[in-house]
Amino acid sequence: MEALDFISPGLYNYWIVIFLMMAGFYIVIARGNLVKKLVGLNIFQTSVFLLYISMGKVQDATAPILGEGFDTFSNPLPHVLILTAIVVGIATTALGLSLVVRIREAYGTIEDKDLLELEDETS
Amino acid sequence: MTNLFGVVMLSGIYSLVTALVFVNLDAVDVAFTEAAVGAGLSTVLMLGTLVLTGKEEIKTTRKPWLPLIVCVATGVVLIYGTLDMPKYGDPNAPVHQHVAPRYIDDSEGEVGVPNIVTSVLASYRGFDTLGETTVVFTALIGVLILLTGLRKRDKNELTLEELEEQRKREKEL
Repeated sequence: MEALDFISPGLYNYWIVIFLMMAGFYIVIARGNLVKKLVGLNIFQTSVFLLYISMGKVQDATAPILGEGFDTFSNPLPHVLILTAIVVGIATTALGLSLVVRIREAYGTIEDKDLLELEDETS
Repeated sequence: MTNLFGVVMLSGIYSLVTALVFVNLDAVDVAFTEAAVGAGLSTVLMLGTLVLTGKEEIKTTRKPWLPLIVCVATGVVLIYGTLDMPKYGDPNAPVHQHVAPRYIDDSEGEVGVPNIVTSVLASYRGFDTLGETTVVFTALIGVLILLTGLRKRDKNELTLEELEEQRKREKEL
């Protein structure tokens, strides 16, 4: 029983998070297109959001809004942190996308392989 | 998938699904922010980028093995790391012991808003929100610096190819 303890269902949320995180990471390092890399980065980011939110969840609790007849609430603190993180995330994504547009304007391509070749040629 | 339009649409759908998961995890505020910002705004921004950069990806010829091995190895290490984590939904987890009870018990008396997330965001952790605004402002400045004069540069400046041609011509002379 001891040895099988690690497949207990209580940790599935973390494993889903890790799966998403690695999927995003794979896209970032394996794909050459810069827009695709940013999509991968977004997936990575969402996995972190999911990690925080799932840690804040309490069994049989409700959303943290006070009201008659509710006494157990999920932890509001991760929600606040992630609200901030989502907005910061879109700001950084916008900055990244504008960098992509600028790179395309300067080099005529957004594939990182072509970009490296251009760098080699010009240097 | 080499069609980037499809990629962007799928990432929008993914965001929307994540928002639904957040609703299930009791995080309603996060859910509608994710739906509005993640599924809405970021899809629009990415589509705008596609208009400016072209929507077809060149098929990568690279071998996927090295990145795959790196990802799987990192994943295994991370999963090993989760074995010590508190169980999902456990009310006695360390996260729920420190400041959260204070927010839940006292925020109605101290701030007076029934939505605890709002009172934490705007009152207890107001400086966080100030910092967030600073980041967004900085990012906006960055975007403006990068993108202003896009058209103007197009007309006046020489492209990289033209510069190279010019250099070649100079060498020949």
